[in-house]
Amino acid sequence: MLADKDRIFTNVYGFQPWTLQAARARGDWDNTKALLELGNDKIIDVVKASGLRGRGGAGFPTGTKWSFMPKEPKADRPNFLVINADESEPGSCKDREIIRHDPHKLIEGALVAGFAMRARAAYIYIRGEYIREAETLFAAVAEAYEAGLIGKNACGSGYDFDVFVHRGAGAYICGEETAMLESLEGKKGQPRLKPPFPAGAGLYGCPTTVNNVESIAVAPTILRRGADWFASFGNENNRGTKLFQISGHVNKPCVVEEAMSISFRELIETHCGGIRGGWDNLLAVIPGGSSVPLVPAAQIIDAPMDFDGLKAVGSGLGTAAIIVMDKSTDVVRAISRISYFYKHESCGQCTPCREGTGWMWRVMERLRTGDADLSEIDMLQQVTKQVEGHSICALGDAAAWPIQGLIKHFRPELERRIKERAIVHGGDLAPMQEAAE
Amino acid sequence: MADAVHIPDEAETRARWGNFAWTDANAEQAKVVLGRYPAGREQSASIPLLDLAQRQVGAETHTQGWLPVPVIEFVARQIGVPYMRVYEVATFYTMFNLAPVGRYHVQVCGTTPCMLAGSDDVLAACKNRGLVKGGTTPDGLFTLTEVECLGTCANAPMVQINDDNYEDLDYDRTVAVLEALAKGETPTPGSTISRRASCPEGGPTTLKAMVDENHDYRGEWGTAHAG
Repeated sequence: MLADKDRIFTNVYGFQPWTLQAARARGDWDNTKALLELGNDKIIDVVKASGLRGRGGAGFPTGTKWSFMPKEPKADRPNFLVINADESEPGSCKDREIIRHDPHKLIEGALVAGFAMRARAAYIYIRGEYIREAETLFAAVAEAYEAGLIGKNACGSGYDFDVFVHRGAGAYICGEETAMLESLEGKKGQPRLKPPFPAGAGLYGCPTTVNNVESIAVAPTILRRGADWFASFGNENNRGTKLFQISGHVNKPCVVEEAMSISFRELIETHCGGIRGGWDNLLAVIPGGSSVPLVPAAQIIDAPMDFDGLKAVGSGLGTAAIIVMDKSTDVVRAISRISYFYKHESCGQCTPCREGTGWMWRVMERLRTGDADLSEIDMLQQVTKQVEGHSICALGDAAAWPIQGLIKHFRPELERRIKERAIVHGGDLAPMQEAAE
Repeated sequence: MADAVHIPDEAETRARWGNFAWTDANAEQAKVVLGRYPAGREQSASIPLLDLAQRQVGAETHTQGWLPVPVIEFVARQIGVPYMRVYEVATFYTMFNLAPVGRYHVQVCGTTPCMLAGSDDVLAACKNRGLVKGGTTPDGLFTLTEVECLGTCANAPMVQINDDNYEDLDYDRTVAVLEALAKGETPTPGSTISRRASCPEGGPTTLKAMVDENHDYRGEWGTAHAG
């Protein structure tokens, strides 16, 4: 188990106040000026050396991302840092804990990261439903301005840096970086075509980097304790500590910071009081939020919880939002509900996703009750392949993958439902339905 | 999974809301909001100002507020963009109500993590209390909506009522929250089983020193080295 002294988010449960005074006593904003004096490029080098990979799901190396920003921003085209706090992936609830209990780690990280990428300001885009969390964040930012930590001559460094909080209003898609920029500009959150990438033309057409809350909030601690310290946790290419969020059928669901590459079994045994009904009762796990395919019990139990370890079992770490399902779960319904989620959240811009998500959900609902023809399982699989990769952003992919995972691992269950329903209804398999819309 | 909302008659709406203007406090707040964005980028304020307007409508009607067409037009004039650019924002984001809602907007999360933890029971409790998805109770007290993941998965199942969350629910505790609200009380927000945030039930497995004091772990770091 990770030692307490090596945890970054020491106030993750909010036993202590979030305020500036309490945060300082825990070590935040401790001579931040000295961190900035390392210099822009040195900060980026340390973050690169630490092996930090983006915590928002894609796992792109954070330091490398920062290095894409123009080194000499023009006066009329300043660099911007946008921090993604639009935490909406089903299963994810870590950014919420950072924002409401340790907001100063995020604000200090915003300054350090913004300085490194020569940004003029940071916008923190927080999802609209985090109402109380946003109140805390607004208050924490005001405290930091008041103390001269951000704003003009931030921390006495001579660098001017603003931090603004922007609340969304309820749209999962705004977690996609270019949709977030559209939304920040006051428009519908519909993703942009790439290229141009945000580092070239992002917010207001200016160079922009979009980072997850956790990626930004860990940066000051990495700089204080050194790249080697952070890189001493986790397997090669999967370094550092990570906030895991465990929901579903464990005895004690929780959010907890652990070393990357911890095994699923150790994580659940140490922090969650085991699987409800014991390990023999485990059916499957969605290890990285609703967008990644589920993994059957036998394959997940000893898998390392990191990017590569979960890729090896056909899934992904995503945001480390672990949804555990025991054998009482109606697994078809669980996935069908995810399909409904994507139908609800598709922004409607690309036809394969707009039409496909609804179509896939309707077929999933029929498979749930068994009111389908056996051939429709293959047809559904084929349609997921036609949605995947054919939309501007990854929402289409995210809608397709959970269904592909279900068909891959639980096909016999789908077939059983269809056959049993056919027996009850007189032996005739339901006639295949033509698409109505 | 509510049906499409019934948008009220425009003539009536215009008669009631045609003269909408900020209250003094909200006019100040609108200035603060606009100050967050560069000059010429006032459109960025569309979401915060729609939220502010919806809250003002709510305060004036003793409900959770909604966005009548004249109010959306007012916001569009404020930020100097065509009405349609703001209307499409109001229809795109789920937190904007296009029709009136009750005094309490009961938003039950029904997405998979909550579903696994028993959101069916939460919805059943609402149903048995007379709440109907997509509708408002005849006394104008409760509007029920099934919403998508609200990011509280480690404390599932949950409901967001107005600005507060009620977490770790079951059937009985949901009934208790609704009954308290109906009586005009304010139940304590957060976990309904007295759990501390997303800490494991029964006490933390980590960072136990933080429970009683604001512990500073830096003394245990060993050799710290910048860079």
